Amino acid sequence: MKSIITIFCICFCLATVNSQERYFTKSGSINFFSKAPLEDITADNNQVLSIIDASNSKMAISILMKSFLFDKALMQEHFNENYVESDKYPKATFKGEILEFNELSENPNEFKVKGILNIHGVAKEITVNATMYKKDDTIFATGNFLINLEDFNIKIPAVVAKNIAKNIKVTFNFKHTPFKK
Amino acid sequence: MKNLLTTIFLFFLSTFIYAQDDLLDILDDENVQTDQSMVTSTFKGTRIINGHSVENRKDRELEFIISHRFGRINSGFYDLFGLDNSNIRFSLEYGLTDNLTIGAGRSSFEKTYDGFLKYSLFKQKTGAKSFPFAISLFGSVAVKTLKDYDPDDKRTFAESLSYVSQVLIARKVSPSFSYQLTPTYIHRNTVSIAADPHDIFALGFGSRVKVSKRVSINGEYFYAFDKSTSINARNSLAFGVDIETGGHVFQLILSNAITMIEKSFIAETTGDFFGGDIHFGFNISRTF
Repeated sequence: MKSIITIFCICFCLATVNSQERYFTKSGSINFFSKAPLEDITADNNQVLSIIDASNSKMAISILMKSFLFDKALMQEHFNENYVESDKYPKATFKGEILEFNELSENPNEFKVKGILNIHGVAKEITVNATMYKKDDTIFATGNFLINLEDFNIKIPAVVAKNIAKNIKVTFNFKHTPFKK
Repeated sequence: MKNLLTTIFLFFLSTFIYAQDDLLDILDDENVQTDQSMVTSTFKGTRIINGHSVENRKDRELEFIISHRFGRINSGFYDLFGLDNSNIRFSLEYGLTDNLTIGAGRSSFEKTYDGFLKYSLFKQKTGAKSFPFAISLFGSVAVKTLKDYDPDDKRTFAESLSYVSQVLIARKVSPSFSYQLTPTYIHRNTVSIAADPHDIFALGFGSRVKVSKRVSINGEYFYAFDKSTSINARNSLAFGVDIETGGHVFQLILSNAITMIEKSFIAETTGDFFGGDIHFGFNISRTF
C-alpha cells in the first residue's frame, strides 16, 4: 500500500512537471521611440527572447542590446557605446509575473505584468499593462510603457539634450508558442 | 524507513523542478546558440590621427571632414606659434555599402587632390565564430597640381600622380583599448632627385585609449623603410585627442607632419617632433 502511495506521489510529481506548460519566442519584437524637439529616434529589435510559464504565471524576457537596429548607423554606434554600454551590459532582462493570468482567454484582455526590469546594470521594479490572449496554442502579448533613462543611470549630456527624450516609449509584441527543449 | 526515502526522493525531485524554474536561465541557454556578435567602434573616427582607421562610413552615410594643420609651434610669436600658416584639407566621404567607402579631398599643401577607396574585408567577431582582427584594404591616388616645376620641364598629369596601398589590421582588445598595424606601400611617379625612391614601404602603428565614454587619446607612428634624401624625410609621429559629440568627432592633434594624406605624411614629413617641429591641428567630421 505504502509503495502504491509512493508511486502515486511520484507520478503526481511528474505530472506536475509535465503540466508546466511553457510558451516561448525567439523573435519577439521591441521598438523604442524617443521624441525630442530636434529629432525623433526609433529602433527595432526583432530577436527578443521571451518565455511564459503558464503553470505559475511567471514570465522572463531577454534582450540583446546590440540587436537594436537604428535608421542611422551612427545613432546605433552611440546607443551601444555611449548610452547603454553594450560591451559592459550586453543584455537587458525582465523577470516577473503576469497577474490574474488564469483569466487568459481567446479574447484580448488587459493584464498587469509586475517584475524587475534590468537595463544598463540597474534593476528596477515596474508594472506594465499588456494586452494578452491565447489562440491555437499561441499566447500573444502586446503593449507599451515609458521608461525614464535617469532611472537606469543612462545620462544624456547637455549638448544632445534636445535630441534625446528623457522618457522613452517602449512597444513590445510577442507571439509565444509551446516551448520544446 | 521507506517513508523517509520517499520524502528524500520527493524532496530531490522537487528541488530538481525548482532548479529548472528560473526562466532567465532557460533564455540564456537558448541565447548561447545565437550569441555571436560583431565588435564595433574599434576607433571613434575613420582616422586614427592622420592615417585611416579600420572604421568605415556605413551604408549611404555622407561625411564631411575639414582638417587643419597649422605651422610649426616652434616658429615663435612672430608666426603666432604656427597659427599664421595653415594647411587645410576638406573632403567628402561616402559609404557605398556598409563595407565600402569612397572619398575625395583637396589639400591646400601643394594643391593636391586625392581620391580613395576603403574596403572592410573582415570584421572582428566574438562568440561562436570568433575572429580576432578587423581587416580593411585601402587604396588612394593623389595628384599634385602646384606649378613649382622648372618651366622647361613641365610635368604631365601622369607624372604628378602618387599611389598608396594599405592593409589596415586592427584589434579592439577591450572597450577602452584598440590598436592597429598598417603595412603601407607608396609609389610616386616622379621624385625630386634620382636618389629618392619611387617606391616606399612603411609600417604604421596606431592606438587609442578611451579615457571616458566620449573622449579618447590616440597615438600614431609610421616607420618608413625607404626615405627621400632630398628633403631629409623623417618618420611621422602624432598624438591626438578624440572628442565625440552627437554627429561630430573632433580630433585635436599634435604631429610633426603638416599634411593629411598618406603619400605626404608618410613619405614627405620633415619635422623633428622632439626638436619642437610640432604642428597643431584638428579634424572635424560631420556625418549626414
